[in-house]
Amino acid sequence: MSAVATSARQASGGINVKLVNRIVIYGLLALFAVFYLMPLFVMLVTSFKTMDEIQNGNMLALPRAPTFDPWLKAWGETCVGLTCAGIKGYFWNSIKMVVPAVLISTMLGALNGYVLTKWRFRGATLVFGLMLFACFIPFQSVLLPMATILGSLGRFGVTLQNTFGTSFGLGNPTVNLVFVHVVYGIGFTTLFFRNYYEAFPTELVKAAQVDGASFFQIFRRIMLPNSMPIFVVTVIYQFTNIWNDFLFASAYAGTGDAMPMTVALNNVVNTSTGVVEYNVNMAAAMIAALPTLLVYVLAGRYFVRGLMAGAVKG
Amino acid sequence: MAFLEIDGLRKRFGQVEILKGIDLDLEKGGFLVLVGPSGCGKSTLLNTIAGLETITAGEIRVDGRTINDLHPSKRDIAMVFQSYALYPNMTVAGNISFGMEMRGVPAAERQKAIDKVAKVLQIGHLLQRKPSQLSGGQRQRVAMGRALVRDPKLFLFDEPLSNLDAKLRVDMRIEIKRLHATTGTTIVYVTHDQIEAMTLATKIAVMRDGEVQQFGTPAEIYNNPTNLFVADFMGSPAMNLIPATIGTDGNALSVVLQREAREPISLPMANAPAGLSAFQGKPIIFGVRPEALTDPEGAERNASNIATADCHIEVVEPAGSDTFAVTNLGGKGVVARLRADANIQPGTNTPLAFNLTKAVFFDPATETRIR
Repeated sequence: MSAVATSARQASGGINVKLVNRIVIYGLLALFAVFYLMPLFVMLVTSFKTMDEIQNGNMLALPRAPTFDPWLKAWGETCVGLTCAGIKGYFWNSIKMVVPAVLISTMLGALNGYVLTKWRFRGATLVFGLMLFACFIPFQSVLLPMATILGSLGRFGVTLQNTFGTSFGLGNPTVNLVFVHVVYGIGFTTLFFRNYYEAFPTELVKAAQVDGASFFQIFRRIMLPNSMPIFVVTVIYQFTNIWNDFLFASAYAGTGDAMPMTVALNNVVNTSTGVVEYNVNMAAAMIAALPTLLVYVLAGRYFVRGLMAGAVKG
Repeated sequence: MAFLEIDGLRKRFGQVEILKGIDLDLEKGGFLVLVGPSGCGKSTLLNTIAGLETITAGEIRVDGRTINDLHPSKRDIAMVFQSYALYPNMTVAGNISFGMEMRGVPAAERQKAIDKVAKVLQIGHLLQRKPSQLSGGQRQRVAMGRALVRDPKLFLFDEPLSNLDAKLRVDMRIEIKRLHATTGTTIVYVTHDQIEAMTLATKIAVMRDGEVQQFGTPAEIYNNPTNLFVADFMGSPAMNLIPATIGTDGNALSVVLQREAREPISLPMANAPAGLSAFQGKPIIFGVRPEALTDPEGAERNASNIATADCHIEVVEPAGSDTFAVTNLGGKGVVARLRADANIQPGTNTPLAFNLTKAVFFDPATETRIR
């Protein structure tokens, strides 16, 4: 076959080949998307169905008569273990733990990043390298040692309680969880902030020094206000991780009043009192997932680039 | 006693010595420019004066007070940074008053100071803007305002014009000079641009590899360079540094320049430097600035020692105000600066006048000046 004939054939078939390519690509993408979103879809529609409909209907069908009852029951009435007061208490438990843990670990990470880049000391790189190890620790391996430490802190809290009349929160399961999450979050938050501040113009810090600002004044007035993008990234990352954590939560606050949402959700699903209420379970799971979704939606808006524009050069 | 005195200043980073014993002084109201190629230590020197770098040895005094170990904010200095270093989260007014705020100056006083500086620099209409909303020249002005508002003993400028485009750079250069003239402040200014150094300075320190090569007025530096480096670095177009030998022409010494495919030129000297007689028959470096090498009609009438020689012109560059001609002497391209309307063609032979009163000579082995 001659070269001329080949190229002529290709020209006539060119459009069709392109079209087929597009169809294959978008078809595959759509397939993966459906595969990925299917569980969420099933959860969502199931949470709005009555038990009758679930038992007799199609799993994928839309609810015939959408009802909020499963959501209300999950929030206020469903049984977690032996108490039947819904998951609302545990939801607040998680909030009370997540907010301080996220804020403290983020602020410490920012401070570490600031020191490691703008106040370099001998061995700063080594310290940073060691801190990075915190990112690679398998959490299962620290469960028992940390339990021992928390136990000691708890006993110290009792001593404080007897001496001063307050334990300063030591021994409180929520405080314990905040402590654990801060300790294991610092590695990541430090990494984020150090890399961000590495590119932060050092001349700004020098200018502030000449202006007479102190170490913390520079941090608060110059560094933090210009750290919005990385601040948002870190908060999203930390919030998602800590909110979704099950291992530490079940190990250090797996029973009792301080139980976080993730453990409670597990207990809701595992509580067997006759019929398994799939709609309530699904609604509870959706409630457990909402805060992370909300953080993405709210914080994502501030996730803008170009905040540093105009700081240096033209 | 000088206003700013630097004695035996040394700075070491680990094993590397960045500053190797700097001695400088500056009178009150003076304008000292530190100039040199990148890596010569000029910015480090400025940072040690500012207190942003510690020093290994030596002493820095301002107005008789030793400031070696003082915090930057206690040294009564203000600094303009190369990148301007404006705080991006604050308005122009906030940027200018941040230092006063840190020192606890009351708000009413701060406002008064901001207004005064804004008037001097004509940035009153920009006070509520953020740095990102300003042009390069405006940012430059705000950075200067932040320094001016302190009314310090000493102003430090770290390559403040290097981020501006060519035209704006000339404008701001004039503005800085005017500011210096009207306010009478004492300034230390770092640049790698020798034209900035020449135009702004009352004193220039030419630096290389952590050492001051020459310290003097712009005229001294330009006309009497102490070594080959200073001669080569200062001036644009650069000084012609031509390999030559010293011969005799009658009773006088003469400079002998090799030419391509022709007999050498011999330029007799009426008042040769005394040191030159020891170099008879030996190689030297003959330094002549382009403006001292010109067409015979354009040569300085009252110069005492002008020698004319026929040169082969290779390239002609009309620059508008002048015409530059390139010839080949001693194996190097040599630039002559002629009148703008000089009638000269490339590829022809033309007589050029060497103004030997302005010529300088260097020992090629030590690179120092032969006087």
